[in-house]
Amino acid sequence: MHNAPAISPLILFLASILTSNILLSNFLGTCSFISISKDWKSSFGLGLAVTLVIGLCAAISWIVLWFIVMPLGLEYLSFVIFIIVIAAVVQVLEMIIDRFSPALYLSLGIFLPLITVNCAVLGAVLFMQIRSYSFIQAVTFGFGSGAGWWLAIMLLAAIRKRTEGNPVPAGLKGTGITLVTIGFMAMAFLGFSGMIAVQ
Amino acid sequence: MNPIVLGPLTVALLSALLALVIAILDKLLNNYGIVKLRINGGKKELSVQGGSALLGTLAAEGIFIPSACGGRGSCGACKCHVLTDVGPHLPTETPYLSPQEMALNVRLACQVKVRKELEIELPEALFRVRKFPARVERIRDLTYDIKEVLFDLGGQEIEFDPGQYVQIVVPPYEKVGESTQRAYSMSSRPGEKRHVELLIRLVPGGLATTYVHKYLKEGDLMDLIGPFGEFGVRDTPATMLCVAGGSGMAPFKSILHHMQETGAWPGKDIWYFFGARTAKDMFYLDEMRALAAIWPRFHFVAALSEPGPGERWEGDTGLITDVLDRYIREKIDPSPGFEGYLCGSPGMINACMAVMRKNNVGEDKIYFDKFA
Repeated sequence: MHNAPAISPLILFLASILTSNILLSNFLGTCSFISISKDWKSSFGLGLAVTLVIGLCAAISWIVLWFIVMPLGLEYLSFVIFIIVIAAVVQVLEMIIDRFSPALYLSLGIFLPLITVNCAVLGAVLFMQIRSYSFIQAVTFGFGSGAGWWLAIMLLAAIRKRTEGNPVPAGLKGTGITLVTIGFMAMAFLGFSGMIAVQ
Repeated sequence: MNPIVLGPLTVALLSALLALVIAILDKLLNNYGIVKLRINGGKKELSVQGGSALLGTLAAEGIFIPSACGGRGSCGACKCHVLTDVGPHLPTETPYLSPQEMALNVRLACQVKVRKELEIELPEALFRVRKFPARVERIRDLTYDIKEVLFDLGGQEIEFDPGQYVQIVVPPYEKVGESTQRAYSMSSRPGEKRHVELLIRLVPGGLATTYVHKYLKEGDLMDLIGPFGEFGVRDTPATMLCVAGGSGMAPFKSILHHMQETGAWPGKDIWYFFGARTAKDMFYLDEMRALAAIWPRFHFVAALSEPGPGERWEGDTGLITDVLDRYIREKIDPSPGFEGYLCGSPGMINACMAVMRKNNVGEDKIYFDKFA
């Protein structure tokens, strides 16, 4: 029913973490990336939550896309529909975690409301549509993008921890130097781009 | 189908479906059944529906923890002691709590969910504030412009400290389009829990006072909200210098009767200065003098500033501030120290503060309510 690109899901998974990292190549989801990365523990929780949400949203959005949006010819509405789906998925996920694992809720549940408006989630879902992935590809791409985001925020949190006390020009303190750091990280990740090409 | 119809319809149906799923899950997952809340070591026990934040759960039971942001976790005002272990502090709470508070299990009520039986501690004053639907039992003219209004609380009981006030809710009347609230000190004694008595002076042009004087009748209904305020007797051995004018009599009537009947704060001497312009403005004279006659540590000084010609007056004369000054310097033993308690017009309060400062009464030892 569609022409999915011929990429093995495993390759796609690795590619979405390294060569086309959703954060460092596409610069999506930067706001919570910058604000939460101050703290290692919170970064871990948020990264885990983002991975779960992107993966789940990619799967559910794929079903909505192929069984509702495309048959009805409503592709022009996919932005709106995906946002609704993401909001609902996050809400449901929060309720389930809250009920069944208070410990997990404490470490990642509280970040879920932040993620509803995280553009990395919508970005990944839209890539999935544009590149017309198959269901398996969509899911691996979703979880891969999330894992890439997770890796990036953990790296940044570690760097920020290391450079915490370093003397920085007054005007660059805080977000300024963080943005510069992210730029260096993005350049470093550029080094992966020769390994696997993914579109 | 027409795409103009199809698009919105699909989005609407999809949203409705997802909303339904969320609503059903919420019913199934967020159902913790009936949960017990034990407040202040079992002084109060509530059975509530679990699943919501503590702040909202308490509000539904009529206990209002102050909250400026309405429970979004952005003001940090709704602090309360949660003695039950409800897990570590959330990152949404930590910015508002000091390390000492965290060690004492202080939590933000808007962030703590009621899932199981909870043991919490709240300031007593919080659950005393209520809305009392009251009925006017009696209105009495004390002078030509001061009325004594007695409210019956219809079987409900108000817990308050002498000196506190209530807000009366004045309904819209005449050209006043909306409901207004005004604060009045209670003149009834705290032991009298089923009644509230207020002294209300007619202020020309005043919204609430005009309503009370011109419209309110015995048998009418009126809502009272309270008790509020921190104007009350301090627990020290210092001598009380109470000064009042007009309807400023109200809190002292409550305080004095309470102290005399219960023997509260036995170490304190009390001097009560009550000022009026003419004999026509004077009231409760016999009551206060009778109280002074049977109660050795209470001294009552009434003064008229402008006794009318032909009025018989055997008390002091002169401005109440001058009388106060003279008594402090000549008649009152200064050794236990002084505390000022003032109730009256802002002009009177300022003048009395000047006199007290002059006589070395510390500004931090002068108490008054600011709403007069």
